[in-house]
Amino acid sequence: MALTASRPKRRFRPALWVLTLPFVIMFALFFIAPIVYAIVDSLFSTKASGLGFGAPEKVFVFLDNYAAALSNPSFVESLGRLLLFSLIEVPLMVVTALGLALLLESARARWPRFFRVLYFVPYGVPGVIAALLWGFLYIPATSPVLQGLAAVGIDVNPLSSSGVLFAIANIALWGFAGYNMLILIAALNAIPSELYEAARIDGASEWSITWNIKLPLVRPSVILVTVFTIIGTLQLFVEPLVLRPLTTAISSDYTPNLAAYNQSFAQGNPSLAAAMAVIVALIGFVFSFGFLRLVNRKGNRAW
Amino acid sequence: MVNRSRPGVQKTSVARSQRIKQPVGSSIVVNGILVLAGIYFLLPIVWVLIAATKTPGQLFNSFGLWFSDSPQAWQNLVNVFTQDNGIFSVWILNSVLYAAVGAFVAMAISAACGYALAKYVFRGRETLFSIILGGVLVPATVIALPLYFLLNSVGLTGTYWAVLLPSMVSPFGVYLARIHANAAVPDEVIEAARIDGAGDLRIFGSIATRMMMPALVTIFLFQFVTIWNNYLLPLVMLNKTETFPITLGLTLWNSQTQRDPMFYQLVVTGSAVSAILLVILMISLQRFWKADLTAGSTKG
Repeated sequence: MALTASRPKRRFRPALWVLTLPFVIMFALFFIAPIVYAIVDSLFSTKASGLGFGAPEKVFVFLDNYAAALSNPSFVESLGRLLLFSLIEVPLMVVTALGLALLLESARARWPRFFRVLYFVPYGVPGVIAALLWGFLYIPATSPVLQGLAAVGIDVNPLSSSGVLFAIANIALWGFAGYNMLILIAALNAIPSELYEAARIDGASEWSITWNIKLPLVRPSVILVTVFTIIGTLQLFVEPLVLRPLTTAISSDYTPNLAAYNQSFAQGNPSLAAAMAVIVALIGFVFSFGFLRLVNRKGNRAW
Repeated sequence: MVNRSRPGVQKTSVARSQRIKQPVGSSIVVNGILVLAGIYFLLPIVWVLIAATKTPGQLFNSFGLWFSDSPQAWQNLVNVFTQDNGIFSVWILNSVLYAAVGAFVAMAISAACGYALAKYVFRGRETLFSIILGGVLVPATVIALPLYFLLNSVGLTGTYWAVLLPSMVSPFGVYLARIHANAAVPDEVIEAARIDGAGDLRIFGSIATRMMMPALVTIFLFQFVTIWNNYLLPLVMLNKTETFPITLGLTLWNSQTQRDPMFYQLVVTGSAVSAILLVILMISLQRFWKADLTAGSTKG
């Protein structure tokens, strides 16, 4: 990362404030403040006063909300489901995006520009609409794919309780694989062609060029894509919400975000919801930094 | 970083010239996989375009990937745009408003901040940058719920501002702008402009922004699509249907399909219209997607 400082300028400049303050203020109001609010709120609980008369008051309960969230079996189950979803989605996404990028950049691809645009198009379809469309493709009455499979004797139900996580992973893959592929293609394009020529002169095969030159050199971008995908999977909310009316396999607290949303608006317990949101954010940080530490061992810094 | 794509062009031509040596078999496999992937990515879009020409009954009774005997695309479009006094066109306009205004302001303020972080040395600079970078790692869903309670306390929920203001913050934009300002705006140019008597803001406004244009376009497009696709934020913030963006509007219709199956066709045709809108935008702006910005950024 280009963190190296440019040469020092003069000490104090009002322009510096004019340039930085608009973003810093907006960031503080709409990013930092909600996080602080959530953390503080998660330490309080709304209790009705003594006899039920008068306004309910906020009581400091310290970590009670966290204990309540983590002792709620369906919330813990939704956390486990989210981890399982990440385990499915992250490798699927990275392998697909990397595979498509390598294939499109290989000398054998016939219309690389055409396919690149084609793969990128779903990125412009909002997740909600993607989920609506795939929803139609997941029920036998409207899905040409399921009808075709049924005609040759294969009965699949993507919305069964065992298949629904994969059905959701597929929607996310469809939407974002093309974008991630573009990031990786750009990284592949940045590799100097001399490296390939030198390798070919040394008699290296395409496989060994891919394995020994391309993959090590696009590693930082693969890491970037992986971190973004990890964060993306933790946001899982829209797809299960849209697919829910189509199947009994998705409960109202199927993912932690759905659970928090329900606690906030349906159950009227925003403090518990805040604790749930903080737990998800913490898991996100642990995962992202854990992953970055893992890949940055051996003095091989990517970030 | 942007210019790095240049050697790539040469590279492909070098690689192309070697094609003759390669076996035909693997070429068939490679292109076969690419075609299959193409079918996969097109499938839902082709399905919805065909489904948008059907009656609600045919939607469930005819083969999904071919037209019915009596296509009625026009009738469906008329239905979509006249349902509830033409609320659908209001939703489209709202989406454009949220995405365009939000992305423009996001681009302007992140460019300014990223430029300052790249070109000024000040105390706490790296701390500030680390905090902003940390913002990239916070899932948006974590922000939306507490933000509702905060904005509710100042009476902003239910208004356009509740969606617009949070959409103007893009930590990723600051990150891109800083990386790009470092790479594309030479210190010598700034010094020369200063000697010529230009003020700092003028240097940023008329010289640096021009040099950072590829990054600005990328930040704008990235944020535009992010806002256009956003669902949770409008879902928690808005309650009046006339302030809804298209994503929220279509799920509102979708929730009424249980009551009246007519709505299935509205949802399908509405989805087709909004998918087409964005697909056209994506394809026409494809060359502006400088993903190499994001890729180069990790190298430094």
